[in-house]
Amino acid sequence: MSETFQLDGEDIPFAPGQTVLQAALSAGHYIPHLCYHPEFKPHGSCKVCTVKIGGGNNTRTAASCTLPAQAGLEIESDTEEMNALRRTLVQMLFAEGNHFCPSCEKSGNCELQALGSDLGVMTAGFRHFYPDRPVDASHPDILLDFNRCILCELCVRASCEVDEKCVFSLSGRGITKHLVVNATSGKLADTDIALTDKAMQVCPVGVILKKRVGFAVPIGQRRYDQRPISAQALDDAPRPPSASGPNGSGVCQACEE
Amino acid sequence: MPQSNLSPELTTTGLTSLLDGQGRKPTRLLQILIEIQAAQHWISPENIDQLAAELNLPRARIEGVIGFYSFLHAEPAGQFRLLFSDNITDRMLGNQNLLEYLCNKLWLERGHVSEDGLVSVDTTSCTGLCDQGPAMLANGMAIPRLTRERLDEIAELVLQKVPVTQWPAELFVIENNIQRREILLANSMQPGDALRAAIAQVCVPGSAVEAAANQRSWREGIPSVALCAPVSTLEEIKRSNLRGRGGAGFTTGLKWEACRNAPGGEDNRTRYVVCNADEGEPGTFKDRVLLTTQADLLFEGMTLCAFAINAKQGFLYLRGEYRYLLEPLNAVLQRRRDANLLGANILGQAGFDFDIEIHLGAGAYVCGEESALIESLEGKRGIPRNRPPYPVTHGYLDKPTTVNNVETFCAAALVGLHGGDWYRGIGTAKSAGTKILSVSGDCARPGIYEYPFGVTVRQVLIDCGAENTLAVQVSGPSGVCIGADEFDRRIAFEDLATAGAFMVFDESRDMFEVARNFAHFFAHESCGFCTPCRVGTAMLKATMDKIAIGHGTQYDLAEIDQLNRILLQSAHCGLGHTACNPTLDTLKRFRPTYERRLKSLDFEPAFDLDGALATARRMTGRDDAGAHLSMEAES
Repeated sequence: MSETFQLDGEDIPFAPGQTVLQAALSAGHYIPHLCYHPEFKPHGSCKVCTVKIGGGNNTRTAASCTLPAQAGLEIESDTEEMNALRRTLVQMLFAEGNHFCPSCEKSGNCELQALGSDLGVMTAGFRHFYPDRPVDASHPDILLDFNRCILCELCVRASCEVDEKCVFSLSGRGITKHLVVNATSGKLADTDIALTDKAMQVCPVGVILKKRVGFAVPIGQRRYDQRPISAQALDDAPRPPSASGPNGSGVCQACEE
Repeated sequence: MPQSNLSPELTTTGLTSLLDGQGRKPTRLLQILIEIQAAQHWISPENIDQLAAELNLPRARIEGVIGFYSFLHAEPAGQFRLLFSDNITDRMLGNQNLLEYLCNKLWLERGHVSEDGLVSVDTTSCTGLCDQGPAMLANGMAIPRLTRERLDEIAELVLQKVPVTQWPAELFVIENNIQRREILLANSMQPGDALRAAIAQVCVPGSAVEAAANQRSWREGIPSVALCAPVSTLEEIKRSNLRGRGGAGFTTGLKWEACRNAPGGEDNRTRYVVCNADEGEPGTFKDRVLLTTQADLLFEGMTLCAFAINAKQGFLYLRGEYRYLLEPLNAVLQRRRDANLLGANILGQAGFDFDIEIHLGAGAYVCGEESALIESLEGKRGIPRNRPPYPVTHGYLDKPTTVNNVETFCAAALVGLHGGDWYRGIGTAKSAGTKILSVSGDCARPGIYEYPFGVTVRQVLIDCGAENTLAVQVSGPSGVCIGADEFDRRIAFEDLATAGAFMVFDESRDMFEVARNFAHFFAHESCGFCTPCRVGTAMLKATMDKIAIGHGTQYDLAEIDQLNRILLQSAHCGLGHTACNPTLDTLKRFRPTYERRLKSLDFEPAFDLDGALATARRMTGRDDAGAHLSMEAES
């Protein structure tokens, strides 16, 4: 644990095998992120956690969630340049899907919304794609609203790695990439998903929702209404030595409180 | 709908035997899907269910693989699927008119399957026939030099329901068009020459090679005398200064050495040699000609690599567009097995075991990225991996893997025979050897040109008979577009590095349309893994289309700059990093072609208010001034 790298001028200790984002969160330093979840192997697709590496003229950028921590690295994260990049990436996600926060059950518990708020996103900034993404309400207890999907693959990973069901997968390519469910009918009702599945708890936005619990917690009293995502993420980060209980990891806990 | 004998439904037992033929390995999933697609022209839900059960894979994952590759279809796409190559060079040769002509002929709308399920017509990314376009794929088989007469013939064959395998051979004749030969294309090597030379190498007592062999002997637990030849081979490749020909230009010798140094499993021989023949960069077709005319040299280079890095298994990843080369290439492999140039104890050398398998791609440019190619080889969606670790240590099935371009392996075979010093004497100081260019576009003699590195663009233009040249796109859309004031620049890693494409545009061409074609290409080929590339390439495409129809403003040009910055800073792989290049290059050099399309306004919304009223106008049968917003405003 004695080796360190520098993050925005501060020494960050790291354990072998940790990535820059993991080490930073463990040490109490927030780097904005979206597709990363402390209980899963870093994935590196949303690119919101991108940081700048190296000083002087010889710099490069990389996603910090997949960047192996190395002694002596000089990392810049909380700079206007990197935050502007993150703001634009979040705007791109808003423009790509159909996000109507005021009517969304996840509002206040939504990581995309909370991150946008933290980064000062006031508009989508780009023209909206308005994709046609029908909802799947076939399941008696669960609603899938693909309009809000940001393709982070957390449900895909949770369902395969933890639930061992592989209910979700990705199909298509480029802007037509989309979530599919593991049934000949293509409907969630014909899968073996259960309310207790890990896949039910990991969606950072409002795609996978439990039916009949809408707005149980009033807007204004929800997870990110109380504390910004930058503070919540640090609470969720596994810390040495007490390490990682499931405590505070799932967004859904908040919505059922 | 009655099934015609053209697309016999695969029975359950038929699919079972197909699976048996592929060894029921999940790593062969893509190959299995390609076979089903070829046999049945689509992959039915029942097929997917059976595959899921028999391969023990989630069906959604199989669906995901089908959805990733352009040439696989989970919906019926017609018994005849006719895809026009849509590179800018095909456009310059009139492919759009021809596509429309064929659609009219077949009473079809582009992109839609005919009512009777017989045929569909659409476009596909560059098929690598730019020197003999416009080109198409008919059920995956390449047809060059399209004309109205040839399309009449094709339409007739389709309407008569003649299977593509029985179409006249004359339709499928593809020329090599080799216009200039140097050491590679003019080589007179016989199969096995380079391998025999490599095996015969011995350590000179007291030499550096002997010291290296001794050191390695200790590390690898192999007697140093047995290491002299492979180590000498590695040293020669390093000495040659050979650099990868796929575009990135990594030093081949270092890649091979790093791969040999990586632990190769229990037998220390589980390493893989992979040839990247997924030549998808628009305007590039030199690998097609090498695969056609130099297959022995290529396989010799791969075998030499296996000898040097201690590997047992090789793969050739052949792009789906070159499907027609599969049988000839397999025949060459068989001939080499028969001659003991592949298989066990190659050339009588105990323990020198190596063989090569060919995997097909199915229409995905991103699979040319080496880690995406490896994913695809494993039967998955071709998503580039997070790196590190790199393929040389964690490649195919997480084992050390050397991935090189077709041309690189061919050059390596030449080095194996003639030595590193001979090779590095050709070309420039930093770029050893020769480069094969695929020349197409506005010139009298398109085709294949081999030059020692260092040749100027101007010289190439003279040799291919290009006149009044406005611009050259070097190394395809992901490369660089240069104007006339830069024609003295040189083809070399230290100046214009290239994977081989050389597209010529004369003064009659509109470089905005060239860039727009490339923007569409990148949006179509983005794998969609990372946010910036998935969304950014789609935005760039939309912005270029907005400018094209006369609604662009200065604001849109600024947005292109912003997208480029985002993609450079945060895209997951080279596809995203380079996606804005053609637009920025042409903006820099040919800005007026953009500006004359712009509105004088600072900003114009993308949402077309007047256009949105079109449905209402149609429904009410009105088209007077009062039914148009703009006219209303003016009146």
